[in-house]
Amino acid sequence: MSEPLANRRSVLRCMAWAGTGVLWTVAGGVPRSFAFSDRAGQIAAKDSGLTFVQISDSHIGFSKEANPDVAATLSLAIERINALDPQPAFILHTGDVTHLSKPSEFSTAADILKTLRAPVHVIPGEHDVIGDDDGSEFSARFPAAGRRGNGWYSFDAGGVHFTGLVNVLDFKAGGLGHLGDAQLEWLEDDLRGLSASTPIVVFAHMPLWNVYEPWGWGTDDSAQALAYLQRFGSVTVLNGHIHQVQQQVEGNTRFFTAMSTAYPQPAPGAAPTPGPLTVQPSRLREVIGLRDVQIEGRTGRLAVTDEPLARPA
Amino acid sequence: MTSAHTLVGTALATAVLLAMAVAVTPYGPFAAGATPPAAAVTIEEFAFVPGDLTIAPGTTVAWVNKDEAPHTIITDDKTVRSGALDTGDAFSHQFTTPGTYSYHCSLHPQMTGHIIVQ
Ligand SMILES: [Cu+2]
Repeated sequence: MSEPLANRRSVLRCMAWAGTGVLWTVAGGVPRSFAFSDRAGQIAAKDSGLTFVQISDSHIGFSKEANPDVAATLSLAIERINALDPQPAFILHTGDVTHLSKPSEFSTAADILKTLRAPVHVIPGEHDVIGDDDGSEFSARFPAAGRRGNGWYSFDAGGVHFTGLVNVLDFKAGGLGHLGDAQLEWLEDDLRGLSASTPIVVFAHMPLWNVYEPWGWGTDDSAQALAYLQRFGSVTVLNGHIHQVQQQVEGNTRFFTAMSTAYPQPAPGAAPTPGPLTVQPSRLREVIGLRDVQIEGRTGRLAVTDEPLARPA
Repeated sequence: MTSAHTLVGTALATAVLLAMAVAVTPYGPFAAGATPPAAAVTIEEFAFVPGDLTIAPGTTVAWVNKDEAPHTIITDDKTVRSGALDTGDAFSHQFTTPGTYSYHCSLHPQMTGHIIVQ
């Protein structure tokens, strides 16, 4: 038996202001993430079989002080993605595409996302399903092959199995994000035929681990989903929702939340509420960061993560 | 009700009363000129204030969102629901049947409240 879980578990936390996106490289089944500004990441991307990009929380329709022009910052993120060479295989948008689920917001968002050179896979956030109890309106706006139930689906790319989950429907009072029995049953089926050596990437809007319960930053029935994923050697969970980068590693599962393309939110518990965090306009688009080098004691595999952080003006 | 209203700023209170007038006048059981019972809940700092509100049957409750973030009102049984309430938006509902109505925000389910009609 290797070291106890508690010793192997490392929790890396860093706060990042709103930025543009995170470039993901899957090399040998171990996803590594890089800030776009990191040259090493760009080089690694060229050597890899598959790259993809995650963006999140574009909140089209938001126009308050924290970011009066969220369409412009989403467009800027897309410019950066379109300039990548080689192009990512696809983009994952992990939800809150819109701010208030208004038809006009959806059409603006769709128009902007259409400018991406690579295809985009979208999963809804709670802001995208206001009054849309079963997610059907959202699924109609962002059709994806194989959507099941309330819009969850999976696909395979580059030897990796990607599973998109919907955890923003049917919230219970006082509760967190929610997957529901029907989706959990589908997930179990979806994973059944896969060998344990298949790298798995799960993407969903709300974090699948408990980031901060007082603000609802978690998913109440995620433990069951994670139990189905436990037998796999490499599981990466990508979420949005909290507008900042948080990471956690538990066993073979790595959890990452992403920055927003719109505005930052406070670190867990760092403010009275999780509302939009207003920074100086000149700092909103800054890429500010630290680098985490993560080494798994058991396998010796390592992942380098460069995350934006604030720089003094 | 008076104390509830004092929690609302003057401009907002006017908006609330206007919203209630629109909601109640065409359908309410009150004769023209009578003042329908009304109460207000403000949404501020990701909380319903007051969280528990006791009213008489027939009272119209108006929620006003004072936060930068949008919120919604949805009873746990989903029978009463607002759309998205952006900053300054109001939603009104008249409660006629006695009982306890538990509600929350569908964007932030950690936000909960009760309307007690008795
Ligand atoms: Cu809310």
